[in-house]
Order: sequence, then structure tokens, then C-alpha cells
Amino acid sequence: MFKIVKREEMAEGTVILNEIEAPLIARKAKPGQFVILKANEDGERIPLTMADTDPDKGTITIIYMVVGKSTALFKTLQVGDAFQDVIGPLGKPTHLEKLGKVVCVGGGTGVAVLHPITRALKKIGNDVTCIIGARTKDLLILESQMKSASHDLRVCTDDGTYGHHGFVTDVLKEQLEGGDVKLVVGIGPVPMMRAVANLTRPFDVKTMVSLNPIMIDGTGMCGGCRVSVGGETKFACVDGPEFDGHLVNFDELMLRLQAYCEEEKACYEDFCTLRDAT
Amino acid sequence: MKETAGKKEKASRVAMPEQKPEIRRRNFEEVPLGYTVAMAQEEAARCLQCKKPGCVEGCPVSVDIPGFINLITQGDFTGAIRHVWTKNALPAVCGRVCPQEIQCEGKCIVGKKGEPVAIGNLERFVADWERENGTGALPPQAPSTGKKVAVVGSGPSGLTVAGDLIQKGYDVTVLEAFHKPGGVLVYGIPEFRLPKAIVAQEINFLERQGAKVEVNAVVGRTVSLDELFEDGFEAVYLGVGAGLPRFMNLPGENLIGILSANEYLTRANLMKAYRYPDVDTPIPKGKNVVVLGAGNVAMDSARTAMRLGADSVKIVYRRSRDEMPARAAEIHHAEEEGIEFFLLTNPTQFKGDQKGRLTGMECLKMELGEPDDSGRRRPIAIQGSEFHMDTDLVIVAVGSGANPLLTQSTPDMQLNKWGYIIADPETGKTTKKGVWAGGDIVTGAATVILAMGAGRKAADSIHQYLTWGW
Repeated sequence: MFKIVKREEMAEGTVILNEIEAPLIARKAKPGQFVILKANEDGERIPLTMADTDPDKGTITIIYMVVGKSTALFKTLQVGDAFQDVIGPLGKPTHLEKLGKVVCVGGGTGVAVLHPITRALKKIGNDVTCIIGARTKDLLILESQMKSASHDLRVCTDDGTYGHHGFVTDVLKEQLEGGDVKLVVGIGPVPMMRAVANLTRPFDVKTMVSLNPIMIDGTGMCGGCRVSVGGETKFACVDGPEFDGHLVNFDELMLRLQAYCEEEKACYEDFCTLRDAT
Repeated sequence: MKETAGKKEKASRVAMPEQKPEIRRRNFEEVPLGYTVAMAQEEAARCLQCKKPGCVEGCPVSVDIPGFINLITQGDFTGAIRHVWTKNALPAVCGRVCPQEIQCEGKCIVGKKGEPVAIGNLERFVADWERENGTGALPPQAPSTGKKVAVVGSGPSGLTVAGDLIQKGYDVTVLEAFHKPGGVLVYGIPEFRLPKAIVAQEINFLERQGAKVEVNAVVGRTVSLDELFEDGFEAVYLGVGAGLPRFMNLPGENLIGILSANEYLTRANLMKAYRYPDVDTPIPKGKNVVVLGAGNVAMDSARTAMRLGADSVKIVYRRSRDEMPARAAEIHHAEEEGIEFFLLTNPTQFKGDQKGRLTGMECLKMELGEPDDSGRRRPIAIQGSEFHMDTDLVIVAVGSGANPLLTQSTPDMQLNKWGYIIADPETGKTTKKGVWAGGDIVTGAATVILAMGAGRKAADSIHQYLTWGW
């Protein structure tokens, strides 16, 4: 069992932070890696990239958005409750290199995934600008953490309630036009990552994205997480989760993420009806 | 002796009662229902008790088959199971999933003129009898050696190594990457062929003898092989399975509705998705299902799809019936359940709709040419034989490759050109000191019993090493 030692609600309760006791994983995990969590006996295996680790305390931190039955079930877990299973660290760690000017772009809960990567890129001597965005001010997460993880933080909201009024790509474009950007790391919803990759392509700036397709085992055994990268089929769980954004077939990824949308919708509605009745 | 032998040959094989095909094709309950005591003793009486038994030669772990069958005829079922256990730690599993027709039963003298003795059914009978009526007494155990052994993977070969070494007095820890132990017995083989309660019981049996089982432990990620030695393990056995699904590499293969058999069966078996939405993991329920391949995994996938309510399930295989690698009983059961066989047929591409969902498959008819490297006649496409097949779910069951997760993180252990671990066939020793390997990660995808045979040899070799040195 993997006990929750800290729990926070963010973005008006739509995003949850859990710090979980998992000493073996905390000792091993590197930025960019993910874990698979299962709440209880009949639960689904859900992959989530770690937002932080504390090897001394033996804990890992995950931040997730409540989007379906399984994450709604996760949300019911309080401090002192436990996940039945946490497996990891999985996937390849982020390739970290001192390059010079780096721009990290995060949207939604992608900001959580971006956090340890940004911090690590800064630590090894890169000049890190960070651009984070959300639909509206109240949905923005980890602003202060991202500020200390980078040299320069820019904030955007789609509705203009905070920071730049518009998309993260608007700010990214200014940065690219400013020149000398060596690397862009873009993590967030698939449309955002696709937009970031399309924007950086003409500037010929290397662009890394982190993918989170549907998967079961996370060890390369099921092939459910296959993604097309540069015309080749890759398994996100073992070949990724990070890939060259200029080579990822985002359209295919978008479609594949919808594989169980009908089942998930029905299941989530049943869960909410039951939860609200009791 | 000759006269009685003559009489025995005339008795026909006792059929094991089964759920009727029209009923079982829509449920997940076990298909064969098991022998009663009377049936088992009637069948056991057909054994000729050969002095030089071919059946034992045919068994990869050399179970003394006439010996345990003789104990059944005497009504000593406890004695019979104990006798099996000396060679086979998982009889309830093997009685159900071994390809007996090419092993023990294939070499049975009674089978020369009629049907062979139903050795698999009898093995299953004694194991089930012990589970239901036995005392639960544990096998004798040697005094503790105080030495720690790690077994990576809790499938059939790992469980065999663990069982053997526990009895030899070692402190054994089994590490499993999934959240539940059992390996392919749990994620791969369906409930209707091997009830999971039986696997759980076998693992519990090991734990009662003192084996530790740690789940969620991905060796190569959570802990490395070298760290196991740092943690005080003196020998490590790798029985991680093949674990890398093969796809067809055809256009359209990433459409929604095309799954590896590994994914499909893991959803159904390990995650119990056939009970969805009572459990949280969904599984695609196809109307017109196609399974590519004709091995046991293909039969398991096809029969699972039928049980999930498909209108039609087709096995599509590029060779002919004679080359189908599945166990005879599985093919027979699949046919009885209404699975259609499209032999000498090969897909060339998959077709989908605008939402990226599979709608059909283009195929070619094949004919058999000269034998290929595998000794089987090579399938050759017939020009102009293209045709279309409607399907909304394709399960790819064309075999597995070597999963590189563990081996890539262990550079000082040699692999062959396909990525399988090089291990001595007699001992299971790898090229890395203190490390043994066996089962599918050495041989490529094979059977439960061959993996167990490799485990048995490795356990003996580990015992030698920890007693006398490398």
C-alpha cells in the first residue's frame, strides 16, 4: 500500500496534488519519468508523470486533473488513505544537456510534468524561460514553483484574467523571434503540444514533448501506447514518454486517446450519480 | 500380463465432462469440469504400467506418470499428488494447459492402437483433489541455508525455481512487475481455461512454504539487477517472459480497434475487464472480430471475444490447418464454440473511418510452397486473390519478441541477435556471474511446461553454485 501523506486541491478542485509514500520509486526516479497508479482491487492502471520526488522523505508527488471515473476515485482518497499499487519509475528520463537558452512551455496539468524538467534544466546551467498557461486565472497551477524553477516566468490565460491575454504559443513566438533558443520543451494537452511543435518547426528549434497515451503495463508488453514518430511505431512507455515534437503524429495520438471515450463517459456518469447519492 | 494388457486396451478413454459449447461460449466459467473419483479410477486403470514408460520421456519435467497413476488406482490420492510434486510444482496448471498430445500422451503405448491414457486429465484430477480435500500439509523442506535468492518474474518458470529452492532451504524472494503474481498464468491464459483461483492457490502454497512475493517491482526500473546483489541476494533467476508484442507492420495498424493479444488478454484476464463496468478497465467489444494467428494465444483471444458477445469471430492464418501451432484441444474447443477459420489468408492493410476506428481489412489468399527455415511450407500470395473483410476489432496474435527493458539495463549479460538472453541449455547459466535465465526470455515464446523444465534445471544449478561455487 502506498500512503498519501499530503493532499491539495488546485484549480477550483479540478486538479489534485498527492504526495505519496513510495521510497523505492523516490530513490530511483528522474525528471520525465512516470508511475502507474491503481487505487483499489478493481481499479484501472493510470499512468501519470511525476511532478516531484523527495528521495530523503521517500515520497513522490503526482498532480492530476479529474477527467473520468478513475481520477474521480483518486480524488476521494484523503491523507492517510493509500493507493493499492504504484509502479515505477517508468519510461526514459529526460535527456538533460547544457545548451544555453531553453524555453519550457506548459499548459493545464502539463505544468506539473514540466516542473521537475524545468528545474533540472536550470540546475545544469541553462538559461530557462518558462511559459505557463491556463484557460482562466483560477485554473492556473504551480505558479510560484515554476517561478523558482526557471529564470523568467511568463503566464498566459486564454480569457485574459491574468498575465498575457492569449495562448502560450503567442509568448513562445516572441521568444523564438528573439533568437538563440536552443531547445523548447512543450508539455500539455495534445492540441497545445501540436501547436508548439508547428510553431517551432520553421525556426528549426529542437522541440521535446511528453506524451501520455492509453497504456496498461508501462513496460513495453501490451503495445497499447503505440505512437507514430517519424513514420515509425514507438511505444511511449519504454521508448518515451518524451519524443521529438517535430516527428510525432499528433493527429493519430488525438484519435487514439478517444478509444474508450464512450465507455469512459458512461462509467464516469454512473460513478458521479452513485457518489452524489451517498 | 499380456492378457490383462489386451483387455485394458479395449476400454475407451473416459471423456471429461464439459460445459456445452452453446452455453460456455457466452460465459467465463471453466470449460472442462474435471473427473469424479470414479472416472479418474476408471481412466487410471487403462494405464499399462509400462516398465520403460514412453510418457515419462515425453514429459519435459519427467513426472513419474505410471507411478502417480498407480496410486490413483489404489485410491491413494494424497500419495499421488505428493508423487507428482517431487517433479512438478504446478500440476493443477499443467494438467490444464500442457500440450499433452505432443508430450506424455503422444508417447503413450495405449495410444498406438486407440486413444492414449488421459494423463493430463489425471494430473488435473489429483491436483484438484488435493486442493479440495487435501490436508494442506507442506512438502518436506531442507534446513535453512541462510542464503538469499531472487527470482525475477512470477510466471511458470519463476514459480518452479522458487518452489524448488524453498524446499532446498533457500530464502527466496519473487519479484513481479505487475500488481498481481502469476505472469502469463494470470494476464495471458483466460479464466475459462485456467481459473485464477487456482493460480492464486499455487502462489499461496509457495508463500506458506516461506517464499516472499513482491509485486509492483519492475527489475530494470524500480531496482536494477546489480542492486539485487547489493541487497544481499547471492543468485538471481530471470524468468521474465518474452513480453514484446509483434505487430504486422501493415498500413493502418494504429487504428483504434487493433490491439495486440497481450493487451487484449491483459485487459480481459489481469484487469478483469470482462466484468466492466463493475471493474474500471474497459475492453473493446467487437461485433465482427478477427484474430490474426493460430497459436494458443490466438485461440484464447478468439474465445474471449466470443464470450464478450461478438456476432462473429474469425481466426485468420496465412498457413493451413496442419501448421496451426495451437494445442489440439484449444482448436477443437474454438470450433465447437463457433469460431470460423480463414486459413491460407493474409491481411495486407487495415481500413478505418474518419474517427480513426477500424472498419475492415484487405486480404490476400495464400498457397503453400516449399518448406521455409521453420520446416513448414512457406505461404505464397496468390496473385489477384484480393478480397475485403469487414471487421471492427482485430487482435494481433502473431507471436512475441524479447522485451528489452531488463536486458538493456544489464549491459554485461550477453544476448543473441534477437535480444533473447544466452543461457546454457543444461544449467540456465547466463554469461553474467550469479545470474540464471529460463523460459520465454531464453527460448522465445514457448509453453508453460518448457519454461518449468528450464526452471527445474536452473534451480538445481543454483543449488550447486550456492553449495560449491560457479
